[in-house]
Amino acid sequence: MGWGTPIGRVRGLGSAKEGAHHWWQQRLTAGANIVLMLWFILSIARMPSYAHGDVIRWLASPWAAVPMVLLIVSVFYHFRLGLQVVIEDYQTGERRVAAMIALNLFTVATAALAIFSILRIALTGSPR
Amino acid sequence: MATARNPARPLAPHLQIWKWGPHMLVSILHRATGSGMATVGTILLVWWLAAAASGRDAYASFLSWFTGDWAALGYILGIGLSWAFFQHLGNGVRHLFMDLGANFELKRNRASSIAAIVFGVVATAAFWAYIMWGR
Repeated sequence: MGWGTPIGRVRGLGSAKEGAHHWWQQRLTAGANIVLMLWFILSIARMPSYAHGDVIRWLASPWAAVPMVLLIVSVFYHFRLGLQVVIEDYQTGERRVAAMIALNLFTVATAALAIFSILRIALTGSPR
Repeated sequence: MATARNPARPLAPHLQIWKWGPHMLVSILHRATGSGMATVGTILLVWWLAAAASGRDAYASFLSWFTGDWAALGYILGIGLSWAFFQHLGNGVRHLFMDLGANFELKRNRASSIAAIVFGVVATAAFWAYIMWGR
């Protein structure tokens, strides 16, 4: 059960100074995703149609826009952690570094685009 | 780092070596559905949101890829992604129980693996039945 000094063992961090952070964040976002994604799936199923007007009317409400932004944050963080594990399993060396950089760029870029789009609809109503 | 790797070392047993069982199927499906949603699902979700925020014309051109002549593509992606979500959800909940140290007994673990597969298919069918006929 561990190496190093007693105080180091008590803190449970090891030389990586990180411990179970990745594992725990994955579980926390998994729990949040259950609630947020079930809400999203039900909202999609109950939408009167997928015409532009109906989608805008739905997303312009704070009761849809705020959970949608929270969903983007939680789900995207969750998939970033998950794809990191996939990359670590199948790539080594420089390719692993390049894949991790690409993953971070993909996650941040798509999350920024999604959140900006939600806020634009929520704050300006229906754009023409 | 990479040069220190000895290619002559034996490989860990993998997909083509272990005897298949339901627990193994849900394990690899969890990774496959998660990776699929994270890539294809993310691009579609963001495209949908950005098109809706860009206005009527951009949204119409988004929809045109998944309706009319392209309806088959819409159904393949829609049914595929919704099944991927329910499969990932069912097995994800199973994993949360295993994180607590429960459900490692062989029979129960096997039963919960089968339950996750059944849940994925049944929930997907119920979701689409509601969208087609329920509202």
